[in-house]
Amino acid sequence: MQYLLIIYGEEKAWSTMSETERGKMMADYGAFTKEIIASGHFKGGNPLQSISTATTVRVRDGKSVLTHGPFAETREQLGGYYLVEAKDLDEATGIAARIPGSRVGSIEVRPVQPMGTM
Amino acid sequence: MRSAPEIIEQTYREERPRVLATLIRVLRDFDLAEEVAQDAFAAALEQWAVDGIPDTPAAWLFRTARHKAIDRIRRRIKFTEKQAELATIVDVESDLSGDEQEPALLEDDRLRLFFTCCHPALPLEAQVALTLRTVAGLSTDEVAAAFLVPPVAMAQRIVRAKAKIRDARIPFRIPPEEALTDRVEAVLAVVYLTFTEGYAATSGDVVIRKDLCAEAIRLARLLLCLLPGRGDVTGLLALMLLQDSRRNARVDADGDIVLLEEQDRSLWDRAQIDEGLALVPDALRGPPPNAYAIQAAIAALHAAATTATRETTDWAQIAGLYEVLARMNPSAVIELNRAVAVAMADGPAAGLALLDRVEAEGRLVDHHLLPAARADLLARLGRTVEARAEYVQALERVNNAAERRLLLRKLASLGP
Repeated sequence: MQYLLIIYGEEKAWSTMSETERGKMMADYGAFTKEIIASGHFKGGNPLQSISTATTVRVRDGKSVLTHGPFAETREQLGGYYLVEAKDLDEATGIAARIPGSRVGSIEVRPVQPMGTM
Repeated sequence: MRSAPEIIEQTYREERPRVLATLIRVLRDFDLAEEVAQDAFAAALEQWAVDGIPDTPAAWLFRTARHKAIDRIRRRIKFTEKQAELATIVDVESDLSGDEQEPALLEDDRLRLFFTCCHPALPLEAQVALTLRTVAGLSTDEVAAAFLVPPVAMAQRIVRAKAKIRDARIPFRIPPEEALTDRVEAVLAVVYLTFTEGYAATSGDVVIRKDLCAEAIRLARLLLCLLPGRGDVTGLLALMLLQDSRRNARVDADGDIVLLEEQDRSLWDRAQIDEGLALVPDALRGPPPNAYAIQAAIAALHAAATTATRETTDWAQIAGLYEVLARMNPSAVIELNRAVAVAMADGPAAGLALLDRVEAEGRLVDHHLLPAARADLLARLGRTVEARAEYVQALERVNNAAERRLLLRKLASLGP
């Protein structure tokens, strides 16, 4: 079964980190990603650019309405994701707990519904 | 002499949770497992009434459930043609063959069911509902009545929980060693919540709901059979046995609360006390070190005393145990209990000083327990005017009707 591990954190925290801390975080992410590729869990994943680059689209009465910024203004923002293959929720949450961002933010674990079953 | 249907009904109630646990493992589907268990029961009612109850009812139920499961899955396949369903049939044929069910394997299934129902990915209230429904075998209506929730709302809560188990694939397994203590703690929290809801009902008009207490004790006994030698499980069972042993003395004929120092100790359940006391040393020895064992040790000191006075109850040791507990698990309620024990050992002024500290830290400010405890100690010091004001404050915050009556009684006893 596939799970999307959605990484939430405070963007501000990232920008206030020292150069060394940021370097360590990047290195940890690199190592973690290599590990789950090697173990076969990795199906996809990327960091996202800053919320300042986000645009939200809604279609109302047939018309596209664009607003700048993320869908919701919250203290923690969506910063990236991994798509992983795991045999059950325990394995998926176990992988989520190894994401470096889980130490400073939160990881939401959501099972993916395969397209064919909708 | 009971009628045949009654005996069948009772046999089924005893066997159902066991059969259901294994069906859930093999079928990987709570709803299908429940339907199949229901089918097997219907068949049992019919056939046992004619042939009598078989020597091994569980084996009979497994054999029947196996046929019923295959029927139901075959019917599903007609609609869906799913590979997964075909794979389940293979599992049913190999894992549910009837006579050769290993007792140890069946026990493991019951334990797995505990861990799945009490999985931390489920909301706590759903964990409790699902555990009582599936592990304890209560009906949805019984669970709803126990928690004073409308049956429809309780049914929805259970349906949502089962859907999450299926859709997020919450596993049906015994957690690995490194996660075991945390997960056992989650199971124990559900069992103890069931007990405390029965022992000190947070709402409604009665203080004790004995059926819930008995159910929680039954679950803890089962858990101790499945996980022998664990200090935390032993501790919780001991604690509940000792607390529950006082049930008949804790409330008078009018449903009013009787305080520990005023209880008629001849009403305490001696057999239950003996059983609880025998468990305390094992609970304290652990592993792991746990708060239930310390609380059980406190309850044991009360149970061993003939009165609540300083002469027969070892209040100094009780205060010391509360201190251990507070270090293990910092909480204002524990500090409050410690203050009461210190007041019994060293006098009300010493207890009051500790309560002042809890209040100064701004904890428990909205709870009736703090002003109620302050009022008790102030009254014993003869500071009646202050005591009265504290009781009035406690009355503004209390929710349970019997606790309210107790506070009113104490207020009245201060005189005009």
